[in-house]
Amino acid sequence: MEVFLQQLINGITLGSIYGLIAIGYTMVFGIIGMVNFSHGDVFMTSAFIALIFLLVLTTVFGMTSMILALIIVMVIAMVLTSLLSWAIERIAYRPLRGSFRLAPLISAIGMSIVLSNFVQVAQGPRNKPIPPMFSGGVTVMDSNNFAVTLSYKQIMIWVVTAVLLAAFWYIVQKTSLGRAQRACEQDRKMAALLGVNVDRTISLTFVMGAALAAVAGTLYLSYYGVVNFSDGFVPGVKAFTAAVLGGIGSLPGAVIGGLLIGLIETFWSGYFSIDYKDVAAFSILAIVLIFMPQGLLGRPEVEKV
Amino acid sequence: MAAEGTANKHGPDIAAAVKDALLSGLVALALFGPLVGLRTEQNIRNELAIQQRWGLVAAIVGTIVVGRFLLLTLVWPAMAARKQHQSTIPDTGPSTLRQAVSRWFAPASVVFLFLYPVLIVSALGFQGSLKWVDNFGIQILIYVMLGWGLNIVVGLAGLLDLGYVAFYAVGAYSYALLSSHFGLSFWILLPMAGIFAALWGIMLGFPVLRLRGDYLAIVTLAFGEIIRLVLINWRDFTNGSTGISSIPKVTLFGIKFDASPDGFAKMFDLPISSAYYKIFLYYLILLLALLTAFVTIRLRKLPVGRAWEALREDEIACRSLGINTTNTKLTAFALGAMFAGFAGSFFAARQGFVSPESFTFMESAIIVAIVVLGGMGSMVGVALAAVAMIGGTELLRELDFLKTIFGDNFDPSQFRMLIFGLAMVAVMIWKPRGFVSSRDPTIFLSEKKVISGSLVKEGHG
Repeated sequence: MEVFLQQLINGITLGSIYGLIAIGYTMVFGIIGMVNFSHGDVFMTSAFIALIFLLVLTTVFGMTSMILALIIVMVIAMVLTSLLSWAIERIAYRPLRGSFRLAPLISAIGMSIVLSNFVQVAQGPRNKPIPPMFSGGVTVMDSNNFAVTLSYKQIMIWVVTAVLLAAFWYIVQKTSLGRAQRACEQDRKMAALLGVNVDRTISLTFVMGAALAAVAGTLYLSYYGVVNFSDGFVPGVKAFTAAVLGGIGSLPGAVIGGLLIGLIETFWSGYFSIDYKDVAAFSILAIVLIFMPQGLLGRPEVEKV
Repeated sequence: MAAEGTANKHGPDIAAAVKDALLSGLVALALFGPLVGLRTEQNIRNELAIQQRWGLVAAIVGTIVVGRFLLLTLVWPAMAARKQHQSTIPDTGPSTLRQAVSRWFAPASVVFLFLYPVLIVSALGFQGSLKWVDNFGIQILIYVMLGWGLNIVVGLAGLLDLGYVAFYAVGAYSYALLSSHFGLSFWILLPMAGIFAALWGIMLGFPVLRLRGDYLAIVTLAFGEIIRLVLINWRDFTNGSTGISSIPKVTLFGIKFDASPDGFAKMFDLPISSAYYKIFLYYLILLLALLTAFVTIRLRKLPVGRAWEALREDEIACRSLGINTTNTKLTAFALGAMFAGFAGSFFAARQGFVSPESFTFMESAIIVAIVVLGGMGSMVGVALAAVAMIGGTELLRELDFLKTIFGDNFDPSQFRMLIFGLAMVAVMIWKPRGFVSSRDPTIFLSEKKVISGSLVKEGHG
């Protein structure tokens, strides 16, 4: 029971991070029907941006309040990562609308390789550890010499994720931007005829996805305390799995999928074997795509000529 | 802002270009500033410290501003003018020179490839030839073969396979395990490795047949990663990430390439050298690659090859016309996998060592990049792309003079994947049909016509 509870806490924490990344995949897929393969590396780059500004704040400016530093870093990472994603969309994806079917995906794979190798060249191939930002936590349950703890970091991740998802939900459901987005998702041509600026809406979709990925990147950095240039690939594929599991194109689906993937991964490593945890995630991706391609909350896709 | 004021006198076009260039510069500064300008380095106490490199940032941003400005004012207008000029003159087909080049290029390069080791040895002697035959010859030919194998799947059948390296791994491990456990010879295991890989191709291909383009790509990626992770973690069987070493070498009709009394050198009374084995391997991989090319070229003219290309252009139309898409896709998967299996067993025999490290996603990405850059479907294009990318990588290692320019810590080979990725994006934007585009439909009805299909959107068939 204690182990189960602890795994549940860890799983939800991990799942929140996957969910935040998964939204970027699901929104872009919903609006232009493209797997944004470079999104995982955008996430990794955001973690590096957070790392750099955290170091600048703590060592150069001598900031001591960790909470304040983290908030500033998160905002900077969100802004710069959005800019990065905007630039990538402009350079690598926008010219390819109307090109052949696989062109955007190939371009995205190229961009993913560029990002991870650029960070490797610019920041070096080593792991980048940071000193623990804050430690301690709440003991939820203590019996049989096994204390179930909910650390402050985990609480922070839960709270930040919940707040941002609520804000995000509000934007998509209640603002004119969200309405334009949903209109483009249903019928891009019709939306354009009715005066929606489609290019701008698509750009903003990339920006929003990247901003959430930047939050995930900052949280990832503060939770694990280490980041490496190759950290984009596996979380990226797992978040994509989450998006597919929840039903690609569906926003609540992405969050639910993220939580499920996080839980499956932690329970798998807790109860079966930690070596095969990535195999479990990749197998879920394959199984879901083959047997349930519409996912949990997605609409079945009808193939049209 | 002063720059904009002076630029205004030359016309509104330049002013807009300056503004655009400055804006790109600002974006570049925001993106490259922190990531390049503030490098995090571990100091002696294992703490991260910031190292500032603003000169580098200034150089990058400057290049981008100037490059963007030139692109807007010179390159794009010139390209647009050329395009307009071209569309006014009627298309008379390629010139006789170009026809002759495309007619004779492939046979000439095959002859050159057969003569290559002879030329190298006569120029540099046996010892000097080692690097050129091994690093440039064999290494490039492995990728040419892998590119041609993947070309069947991606270029002809239009199925983007991101886990191709898994079949390469199956071939390599088949040879490594069966030869070191059962002592079977390379010549028995080469076809077996191909068959194993083809079976895996069918096994992995079967469930993913119903998926559309990008889903298929992601699932093949997942399969590729699963196979690699199993190779790492199934330690009893594969020896984990340590890999399998001392894999037996290839023999020529039972003759070993070593210094023993019945070895190759003694038998023909030649001085002992490792170059013979390398040259032998070179011809072996050359023949394997040519076999791949031969089979592909012949298959393209058979119903199954036609069906592949039809499938690539329009799957729904294919199904409506009664083509069995399941079989068509499976044959493409199986054949592509089989050639990867051949290449894999050759790789294991050549290295004498295999480990999961050689079969990462990056390796798949390199092979996909080669096929994409060469122009999906074009054999010559894929071969040229492999020569350019793999040969280019090897050349980067040789470029010592760059160190004198950029300092001693400069390692050009670390930029190789960066260049690969940039090239993939650039090719998709400028020439989606690859550098050597030969995407003509293989059959015509009496004359060339504009053909449909999303793949050939940018031109005429």
